[in-house]
Amino acid sequence: MAASNIEVWQLGTVVEVEKIATDVQRVVLEPSLPRKAEPGSHIDVMVRIDGTEDRRSYSIVESSEDGTRLAISVLKAPLSRGGSVFIHSLLPGDELEITQPLQNFPLRVGAGRYILLAGGIGITAMINMARVLKNIRADYTFVYAGRSRAVMAYLEELQEVHGENLVVHVDDEGTPLDVHSLVDSATEDTELYMCGPIRLMDAVRRTWTARGLSYPNLRYETFGNSGWHDPEEFIVKVPRLGLEVPVGKGRSMLEALEDAGADMMFDCRKGECGLCEVRVLKLEGTIDHRDVFYSARQKNATEKMACCVSRAVTSPTGLASEASASGPAVVTIEVS
Amino acid sequence: MTVVRTQSSTTNKVLGYPLNVWYVAAWDKELTRKPMSRKVAGRPLALYRTEDGKAVALADACWHRLAPLSMGKTLGKDQIQCPYHGIVYNSAGRCVSMPAQETINPSATVPSFPVVERHRYVWVWLGDPTQADPELVPDMHQLDSKEWAGDGETIHAPCNFQLVLDNLMDLTHEEFIHSSSIGQEELSESDFVVTHDDGTVTVSRWMFNIEAPPFWLKNMRDKFPGFEGRVDRWQIITFRSPSVINIDVGVAKAGTGAFEGDRSQGVNGFVMNAITPESDKSCHYFWAFMRNYRLDSQLITTQLRDGVHGVFGEDEAMLAAQQAAIDANPDYEFYNLNIDAGGMWVRRLIERQLEAEGRLVPVA
Repeated sequence: MAASNIEVWQLGTVVEVEKIATDVQRVVLEPSLPRKAEPGSHIDVMVRIDGTEDRRSYSIVESSEDGTRLAISVLKAPLSRGGSVFIHSLLPGDELEITQPLQNFPLRVGAGRYILLAGGIGITAMINMARVLKNIRADYTFVYAGRSRAVMAYLEELQEVHGENLVVHVDDEGTPLDVHSLVDSATEDTELYMCGPIRLMDAVRRTWTARGLSYPNLRYETFGNSGWHDPEEFIVKVPRLGLEVPVGKGRSMLEALEDAGADMMFDCRKGECGLCEVRVLKLEGTIDHRDVFYSARQKNATEKMACCVSRAVTSPTGLASEASASGPAVVTIEVS
Repeated sequence: MTVVRTQSSTTNKVLGYPLNVWYVAAWDKELTRKPMSRKVAGRPLALYRTEDGKAVALADACWHRLAPLSMGKTLGKDQIQCPYHGIVYNSAGRCVSMPAQETINPSATVPSFPVVERHRYVWVWLGDPTQADPELVPDMHQLDSKEWAGDGETIHAPCNFQLVLDNLMDLTHEEFIHSSSIGQEELSESDFVVTHDDGTVTVSRWMFNIEAPPFWLKNMRDKFPGFEGRVDRWQIITFRSPSVINIDVGVAKAGTGAFEGDRSQGVNGFVMNAITPESDKSCHYFWAFMRNYRLDSQLITTQLRDGVHGVFGEDEAMLAAQQAAIDANPDYEFYNLNIDAGGMWVRRLIERQLEAEGRLVPVA
């Protein structure tokens, strides 16, 4: 059925919460306007952070046939913007505003072969797809990579369901994922669906392109929440508007500019559409481009950035602990 | 949990249409490298062929601003370009080129629907694609079998598809609507037998030792030059849920054993009907008349097609008028007669399918 992206907001009642891996909380919701969730779909959730409401997207991991129960599983990411901490605070009986299932990552039935690739908590986007591929007896390999077994949610049940179709890579067991051999296993009629950290997805994307495989057969979803660097607080300046605004670790540059009264244009808020583009006039530090709108060439040029997801940092390695002691990064921009 | 109560019954004037089924979207000859637009089961489709000749059905609305892709052009091996801003999609509905940017938005897709070409028709599946098993395409093998010859056309009928199904499941109307060609009074005088199972309904009617009406007399004389005399006539109507009706029709020299199974002294035709809902109040009615005699005569093929064209034109006028009367009299109900048994079983089967899809909602 055609994917729907019409937002219908409804109430979701928390009926179960359960810790299913280190820092991963599974939350089962009963929506007030149930609708069946297609594989690849997600819900948007209004989260409360420091008393203000904000919106986050979470993949639907499980859904009953009639859509009356659905589950999301969320990794607590203390360094990120705070949505996950809110989700981890939920208790049975709590009510929150959620959308009906939204679809940006549809699974196409009919490919010759499938590879599903999940990195870490990205597993949440792939579980429903894998279930459908198994049910229709598709030719599929389900690859699940993580740092250690303790943080890999759903691992045991996936092994039970998918048997030999599931290939597991665990960094601390010395069996890390080798992106090159994974992509080498793809044929011309293989569709690869992936969800995971930006480094993994970028490596797959580059290898996929280098191998000359069909780019539209590479499917991925990003909610714009993964970066090359840990988030640092930085300063954004807009000389024309006379603004100098600190961007906290838990806020996006777009949000900080909006908070300061700038009239900003944007749409997707996840680094896909390019509408929130700002021009970089001056930079002290490095830009952590977290979008998928700009090409590598454009990112290296550091002339523009997608302010909904991308940030400025000082750390040369990406680790927050190695951020420059001499002060935060400063990016001076012009807005549309 | 909210429980939405729906009401429906076989006496609804018009029914909704199931989605987890194969519908005929077009004749195979209609699909070319130039995209065409056709709405099937409420969904506008862009239909075209790839360079390799594979049939493609995409939603006829660009992901960007919903401009109809069918107004665009095909490119490369399997692509189609939106006519408005030049966004290009492949046959799977994935964006392969986006203007004025160096990357492709990963969300940029248009729905692509499963397609099967079989029996000279292009079938599409608009429901859950995981259930789109090509084995579920209804048998219409007479359309492309060596033992049958014939041709057909498409009628764009301004009525709910159920009204066409009703029309074909009860052929007593032939006596009144088609009096100059295939109608005769024995139709409403003769008995008929109705049977059904989970997916089919069959209505059989035999008329023995009657005068052949003009259409059938001509056909008999094509096979038996100079034929005079009385005939046994049959109509065996088979509905395959939810949109196909094949009608085994013919006449044979009276008393030569056609009813018992020997049709050698007669002429046999199959009317192949596929009725595809377009909207609640319109449908695409694909039909063909196939015969199993004088297979090499293009003249007879054309004569039969044109003859049936005339007959079905009479139905079309009535169906349009019936839908208009339904719309003009929303407070009047349908009543049913014994002759409606076939059509009522059709409604029951469609209703069950709608229920299984959780979509049992009256449309009128």
